Amino acid sequence: MDIKRGIIEGNRVALAKLITMAEDGRQEAIDIIRELYGKSGLAYIIGITGPPGVGKSTLTAGLAKMYSDLGKRVGIIACDPTSPYTGGAILGDRIRMQKLFTDPNIFIRSMGSRGHLGGLSMSTRITSRIMDIFGMDYIFIETVGVGQSEVEIADMADTTIMVLAPGLGDDIQAMKAGIMEIGNVFVVNKCDRDGADKTAREIEAMLDFNDKSAWRPKVIKAAAQADEGLDNITNAVGEHEKYIKESDIFMSKRKEHIKEEIMELATNSIMSDIMSRLPKDELNSIVDKTVNGETDPYSAANCILKPLRDRSV
Amino acid sequence: MSRPIRVLVAKPGLDGHDRGAKVVARALRDAGMEVIYTGLRQTPEQIAEAAIQEDVDVVAMSILSGAHNTLLPKVVKLLKEKGAGDKLVVGGGVIPADDIPYLKSQGIAEIFTPGTPTSESVEFIKSHVRIDS
Repeated sequence: MDIKRGIIEGNRVALAKLITMAEDGRQEAIDIIRELYGKSGLAYIIGITGPPGVGKSTLTAGLAKMYSDLGKRVGIIACDPTSPYTGGAILGDRIRMQKLFTDPNIFIRSMGSRGHLGGLSMSTRITSRIMDIFGMDYIFIETVGVGQSEVEIADMADTTIMVLAPGLGDDIQAMKAGIMEIGNVFVVNKCDRDGADKTAREIEAMLDFNDKSAWRPKVIKAAAQADEGLDNITNAVGEHEKYIKESDIFMSKRKEHIKEEIMELATNSIMSDIMSRLPKDELNSIVDKTVNGETDPYSAANCILKPLRDRSV
Repeated sequence: MSRPIRVLVAKPGLDGHDRGAKVVARALRDAGMEVIYTGLRQTPEQIAEAAIQEDVDVVAMSILSGAHNTLLPKVVKLLKEKGAGDKLVVGGGVIPADDIPYLKSQGIAEIFTPGTPTSESVEFIKSHVRIDS
């Protein structure tokens, strides 16, 4: 099938195939993305993050449905962890999104993290770019369940929604640097449970210490499973979108995102260059030498980089 | 490095027994595959659409309701209609031996009945899916 034509014509099989090809790093995919790059940049990107089990997938499904009902086209990228031992993964975000499977406005792609840290997958950024080219109005990027430092999503999303639930920890947890700093909208999900008000108060108290001149993140109580509070969330996202677009934040964010994208591509390219020049036995023998104390890790790294450096001289 | 095989594990129809599907999902995961599990009570339309969006290599369906002769071929038919007939489709569950030839004639590559070691399903998938990189 002609993938490029399929993408232009809005064919979902072509979209799915192009994502796979890009994940595999195939040159054909790169060529198509380069040729169609000019079509991208119009989608609004919403990051959904938070600890495991707080209801990110259910919430994503609910919000995506609301946008779809308004006639918007929505892409969802749902990340789940890959086993570091076998490379396998169970991607279960779709279980909470069953109602969306046959919605013609919605396209869902599940991804294993495939060894990538930071809460996303290696190919999340490129997949988001492809969905953008395809003509999605909104793209939701749902991270794996995060701990305290997976902040990568903020480098990709225009608005980041931090989802929490009652009973996750005391107010000291709420003051930690890292993930609690990247939320533009906070959602206290499962608000029908005890302690939701307390959690919301703790987040507000944490926000009181922030810079007063900047955007004050909204804190919204919701029960995603019962579709409760979802309209408040989309309103808050809309307000944040308006805020960043009326100031220069949107443009500077986008610039920052593109910089990250370029650096990521360059880094990946260097890594694959290094790996392609390094026979597996050689790597093993360098590791063995380091283990035996014949060399040190710094010299070992230099040794691996040598062919690359020699070439550039 | 070649990418992992992607498998959609789905439960078509109305029975609520997903222990088997979950055991198989776990075994495929441990064999290094990416398993997209979609939960209970799926229509053939939902399964076909999920398989397309996820661009899986394999659609593995578990069914214990007795409606296999209707539902499994329907998924194959929908995939073909939508231009995604390239996927390996397999089935499992309490499926009488007499029904298996019919299902195979409808494009289901293999049926795994109760008692099949998970290693057998893993091997079947590994030997029937080609990942070109």
